[in-house]
Amino acid sequence: MANLPNTPKLDELTKGPWPSFVSEIKRAAERSDMCKDLLGLLERSYNEKIGHWKHGGIVGVMGYGGGVIGRYTDLPEEFPNISHFHTLRINQPAGWFYTSEALRTLADIWEKHGSGLTNMHGSTGDIIFLGTRTEELEPTFADLTAAGFDLGGSGSDMRTPSACCGKARCEWACYDTMKACYDTTMRYQDELHRPMFPYKWKFKFAGCPNDCVASIARADISVIGTWRDDIKIDQAEVKNYADAGLDIFDDVVLNCPGKCMKWDGNTLEIDNDYCRHCMHCINVMPKALAPGDKRGATVLIGAKAPIIEGALLSSVVIPFIDIDEEYEEFCDIIERMQDIWSEEGKNRERVGEFIQRVGMGNFFEAAEIDLIPEMVTHPRENPYIFFEDYYEEGDEEEEEE
Amino acid sequence: MASEVSVQEVADAMYKMIKDAQGMKKFKAGDLTKAMRDVYGDAADRKTCKAAIKELIDSGRCVYTYFGGSFIEIPHDEGAANK
Ligand code: SF4
Ligand code: SF4
Repeated sequence: MANLPNTPKLDELTKGPWPSFVSEIKRAAERSDMCKDLLGLLERSYNEKIGHWKHGGIVGVMGYGGGVIGRYTDLPEEFPNISHFHTLRINQPAGWFYTSEALRTLADIWEKHGSGLTNMHGSTGDIIFLGTRTEELEPTFADLTAAGFDLGGSGSDMRTPSACCGKARCEWACYDTMKACYDTTMRYQDELHRPMFPYKWKFKFAGCPNDCVASIARADISVIGTWRDDIKIDQAEVKNYADAGLDIFDDVVLNCPGKCMKWDGNTLEIDNDYCRHCMHCINVMPKALAPGDKRGATVLIGAKAPIIEGALLSSVVIPFIDIDEEYEEFCDIIERMQDIWSEEGKNRERVGEFIQRVGMGNFFEAAEIDLIPEMVTHPRENPYIFFEDYYEEGDEEEEEE
Repeated sequence: MASEVSVQEVADAMYKMIKDAQGMKKFKAGDLTKAMRDVYGDAADRKTCKAAIKELIDSGRCVYTYFGGSFIEIPHDEGAANK
């Protein structure tokens, strides 16, 4: 048994039936001096209630401006093994599918060059390698690329795009999320590795409005699968749910945000014109209901978590696009919006904040995107777009009268 | 029609700008691109500027740094680094 530091506070976090990061670091510490020092430093931080990390700003691999986050402890004499403790972000496969061989390869590379600790996955979706020294960065990168992996994004660049498992495993997927994610990653390699924006730019691809990647709250560009025809209903299966004890009126109809469902005890009806595509009814009765056949995606812009300014949810840019077929059109619109923000955005201003500053109408006009009624804050409520042409024409008619 | 300017010429002009401001001001890729447009007009389009930055980074004359945002600088010692 390795001689581990005394960590009574951290040990509290090993109690209970759930997974514990402390238990995992202790396991790794049996083989890694970095992890041993990490335990000591963490315990000290818990006692003193302050962090003991310094941010680095220069470390990286040749040619890349992202993918490495520099970290040093401010107590290098006491914890020499983590005097450098840099993080690497590694571009995850779309949908997070791995063979066990790929996972073993990653683990071997990281035990050879770093602490062996990983975070699967970070909030951007990347594989996170926690803790290595500056001189190990290039050798780690060389081994990763030899194994077919690449670094992900960090800093003011396009962050590693991420996607739900989509059509690979989920019947609700309205487009091929993994393909869109892969194509976007490959198309924008320059933007991913060479920071060229005012701040970060994230793509997240969700196959349906369940939005398992939380794109609507976290991505500068959220691509969320949807359908434009009617929800498919299998009335016999609806009846089976009712017979099995599901209270369709209470649990489905009353919870429908569109107030567009009717249930008479035998037949379920949906007034699809008023459906908000929230997925609630489909999630509750997956055998009976399904998204329609005309499937595609809604593209939204401007979400972000609260870092510099408060949190923002994204707003609709393209109400419906068959992204599997119209990927080039999608990219064209994205690039036009990116250009405006790159040109006019302030340092550390996310595109959502930029849009708030200049106004959504002005932003879309500059990006040459036609305004349409679907671009409203809430369906059937206040539009934030002033339709100048419409009012001008109306004014003229009034004058003629 | 805009006069021609080579990627190398733009890269050298960017490098001079970074060197002259070293220790006083850091530049982002967008700052350098806009400055080159002021000097060379439309000849220093985004594509040329992108290639010039690539040249600066790949040759090792400059590196990307991160200090609350990503900048392009002449390589220097890391202030936070432990030896
Ligand atoms: S977002 Fe929709 S399609 Fe993607 S995994 Fe979740 S439920 Fe399935
Ligand atoms: S998807 Fe949502 S809004 Fe549409 S019918 Fe079902 S519960 Fe109602």
